[in-house]
Amino acid sequence: MDRSTAVDGPTGHVRGGAVRLSPLGRVGAAVLANRKAAAGALLLALFTAVALLAPLIAPYDPEASDFLPTAPPSAAHWLGTTSLGQDVLSQVIWGARPSLVIGLIAGIVATVISILVGVTAAYRGGLPDLLLSLATDVFLVLPALPLMIVIAAYLKGSGTWVLIAVIVVTGWAFGARQLRAQALSLRGREFLEAARVRGERGSYVIVCEMLPTMTSLIAANVLGAALYAVLAAAGLQFLGLGDINAISWGSMLYWAQNNEALQTGAPLWAIVPGLCIALLGAALALLNYAFDELSNPALRAARRARGRRAP
Amino acid sequence: MGDALLEVQDLVVEYAGAGRPVVAVDRVSLSLRRGEFLGLVGESGCGKSTLCFAVAQLLLPPARVASGRVLFKGRDLAQIGERELRHVRWREFSVVMQSAMNALNPVMTIGAQLRDAIAAHERVAGRDANARAAEVLRLVGIDALHLRSYPHQLSGGMRQRAMIAMALVFTPDLIVMDEPTSALDVVGQRALMAQIKGLQRRFGFAVLFVTHDMSLVGRYSDRLAIMYAGQIVELGATEAIFAQPRHPYSQGLLMAFPSISGPRQHLQGIPGQPPDLREPPAGCRFHPRCPRVLERCRTQAPPPCAPRGDDLVLCHLYTPKEAERGRLSTAP
Amino acid sequence: MAVIARRLVFFVITLWAALTINFFLPRLMPGGPVLAMMSRFRGHVTPQAMRSLELAFGVDIHENLLAQYIQYLGDIAQGRFGLSVSFFPVPVAQILMQALPWTLGLIGVTTIISFALGTLIGMVAAWRRGGLADSVLPPVLVVVSAFPYFWFGLICIYLFSAGLGWFPSGFAYDLGSPVALSWSFAGQVLRHAALPAFTITITSIGGWLLTMRNNMIATLSEDYVRMARAKGLSPLRIMVLYAGRNAVLPNITGFALSLGFVLSGALLTEIVFTYPGLGYLLYQAVVGEDYPLMQAIFLLITVAVLAAVLLADVANVLLDPRTRGHQYR
Repeated sequence: MDRSTAVDGPTGHVRGGAVRLSPLGRVGAAVLANRKAAAGALLLALFTAVALLAPLIAPYDPEASDFLPTAPPSAAHWLGTTSLGQDVLSQVIWGARPSLVIGLIAGIVATVISILVGVTAAYRGGLPDLLLSLATDVFLVLPALPLMIVIAAYLKGSGTWVLIAVIVVTGWAFGARQLRAQALSLRGREFLEAARVRGERGSYVIVCEMLPTMTSLIAANVLGAALYAVLAAAGLQFLGLGDINAISWGSMLYWAQNNEALQTGAPLWAIVPGLCIALLGAALALLNYAFDELSNPALRAARRARGRRAP
Repeated sequence: MGDALLEVQDLVVEYAGAGRPVVAVDRVSLSLRRGEFLGLVGESGCGKSTLCFAVAQLLLPPARVASGRVLFKGRDLAQIGERELRHVRWREFSVVMQSAMNALNPVMTIGAQLRDAIAAHERVAGRDANARAAEVLRLVGIDALHLRSYPHQLSGGMRQRAMIAMALVFTPDLIVMDEPTSALDVVGQRALMAQIKGLQRRFGFAVLFVTHDMSLVGRYSDRLAIMYAGQIVELGATEAIFAQPRHPYSQGLLMAFPSISGPRQHLQGIPGQPPDLREPPAGCRFHPRCPRVLERCRTQAPPPCAPRGDDLVLCHLYTPKEAERGRLSTAP
Repeated sequence: MAVIARRLVFFVITLWAALTINFFLPRLMPGGPVLAMMSRFRGHVTPQAMRSLELAFGVDIHENLLAQYIQYLGDIAQGRFGLSVSFFPVPVAQILMQALPWTLGLIGVTTIISFALGTLIGMVAAWRRGGLADSVLPPVLVVVSAFPYFWFGLICIYLFSAGLGWFPSGFAYDLGSPVALSWSFAGQVLRHAALPAFTITITSIGGWLLTMRNNMIATLSEDYVRMARAKGLSPLRIMVLYAGRNAVLPNITGFALSLGFVLSGALLTEIVFTYPGLGYLLYQAVVGEDYPLMQAIFLLITVAVLAAVLLADVANVLLDPRTRGHQYR
């Protein structure tokens, strides 16, 4: 049996004029070819670099409040200072870490749960499917933000892990539905029948046969869940439900809003962290969109045909 | 040639792709007279559907006509402009597609879809349009109450017949049919064919009938065109081809069908696979599978030969030189 | 019709889930918040009201869990959501009723406009593939729709209100104005709603547009669209009646699914604009640690989303004859 995701080899090799790339190389090439994906990947890489290098590139200690409060941008403070006398730029740089960490972890954990629920439901069918799908639909419909707010309000001040847990609990349902749909369409395919006939266990079939063919959807899901996590975390922190003493983009917005930054001459304090959240979100969204296009070629942009056109 | 209703001249249709475009229809020429029933036969992937849509001006990107002309009643359809073409559509030529379930709009009633076609070309009152719609349905044996039915509410056979009714709404001069019977069972196929033939005799329209089923079309068609790998390899009167197929491919096809009458035959398939059109074989496209291949078949493309009148054979065996050499003039 | 019945069962289950979450949350969370809230009430409330609060939040109870649960469900069914902590002693239900119309107005109308516009533009974008709408809008809107709603709202305030002074920066009508059914009041309402509505529309339209465009692209390659061309129908007719009407169907179910997400963002927008709807109320509840109010808002929003899902289902049945059953032969 030729597995559809067989690895060709550690590096590409030339055959008959066409270069055959390994699966990772294929993904890389596709990302680079697609402008949107390239832009998204670039942004993401930029933010990751900033987060990793924060101790090196931040001009000051983000929590140090010895500077002139509410100062406009200057050579010493490129983005000005907060009303507590802290350097905005340093805070922005250090603030990248929580956002990326939350996005990544929440995105992965939520997708893992989505896979467990969605694919199992599709594979087992019958009563397990009914119950799992019902749970999925219920969590899908329950309004996420109010639910998150209520839970987080009870757990106020309990830190980042609680925040991640709350986001995961409200965010797994969307992916589960998508993955179940795709797994269902795979269920009838022959290579699965072949595995079943060989006597393989259910978990083997799921993990080794089904999941590899769903990789692009899974990747898209991780990105989508990460996007949701970044925005949800920002929202909760903005409301003061995250850790307001930690430096993050969302908590910066909280303090900026509470100190009326827009009105009192320190607009960058509010605008820049929000811009960073927006850009990180945009990067994730672009990559997500590109992965969608990857798995469905019909969506790629078409050039207007000359002469007699279709419809 | 003068009174040809439809003339396809050296038509080339390509599919644009990542690299070189794939040629799906390679310099096809054929003609159709008024009232004539021409069968277009070939295996899956030989380009017959593409040819069919190209003739009906229904190609979608990435397919496009690279060169050649389609003359309908003497007019080049590709040149007459979108608005004018819309005018001509359905009134002078119409189309019947393979699967009625896919070709009928699932959210509109049959009646609405029939009235649509009528209203697009004529200003008629609603009542009259309805009457005409009911009339064409009756022609194919469907009760007029189904004007208010949705496609999913009809059986497969009824849907196909509804499509044919729709094609007849203006009693056009030409109906192009792309495998209209493939979605039906054997009994349904025969019934539908008989009905089509009956309607043709009654209204006198020409039919271009695309199919992979040679025996089906052999009974009803006047002329036959056999297609292989994007090219027409044989063209002629149906009876003549059945009696004396010339091209080795045609011979192979006919040997693969049993006939109920006549002596018991040994059935044979044609070994090998049709070529990948991205990299067609050099020379004659059929040469890898041909039981009578000559040396030059591997390198030179065969010229179109016309052993008799309007007929066409695309094979080195029938060039005048070969005929003179007396190798053969008739099938084995 | 069996479809609708199944849906109703689903709604009941979802509502039950929301109620149960509300019931168990205060009982599961580490005691701090609830006890603190109770101590703020003590001494200011009638023993009766105190009792019902204790029942709702599971404090100081001697009955077993099941009895509490039943009592709680009964209270909810009779509209007794308890008293608000931050707007003490006004009953929660009353506060909700004051805020609801503003939210329905702003978010309800904006969501519908955004959906309609997004669907329409998406349809045209797919029709004219490679044209301006198709190549520029999707990536731009993908980026814009990833913006946090509230941040975009802040930018709008900064630019158009504080900066250019075109629009007021908050609330639903001019402060101090009497609430009256007059043209001038209506004018105020519109002016105040303009920026929040703009914010919500811009950030949510991308999703509808993209899904409609993708559905349209798939639909355009269907045989019945090709057939419509063959019949010589006008392009407009083909785009709307043949392609559009079929492409929009999955969008309608998608509308229900993504409503929760859109709603969340819209609520945050209300907060930024201090628009007196449920969103801002939720914010005040969080700040004031007003758990009864918070939970009631959560319930109310759940009901609203379920209502929208039901409406979408009805629309689906109306628009797609295949869902209506019965076949002839």
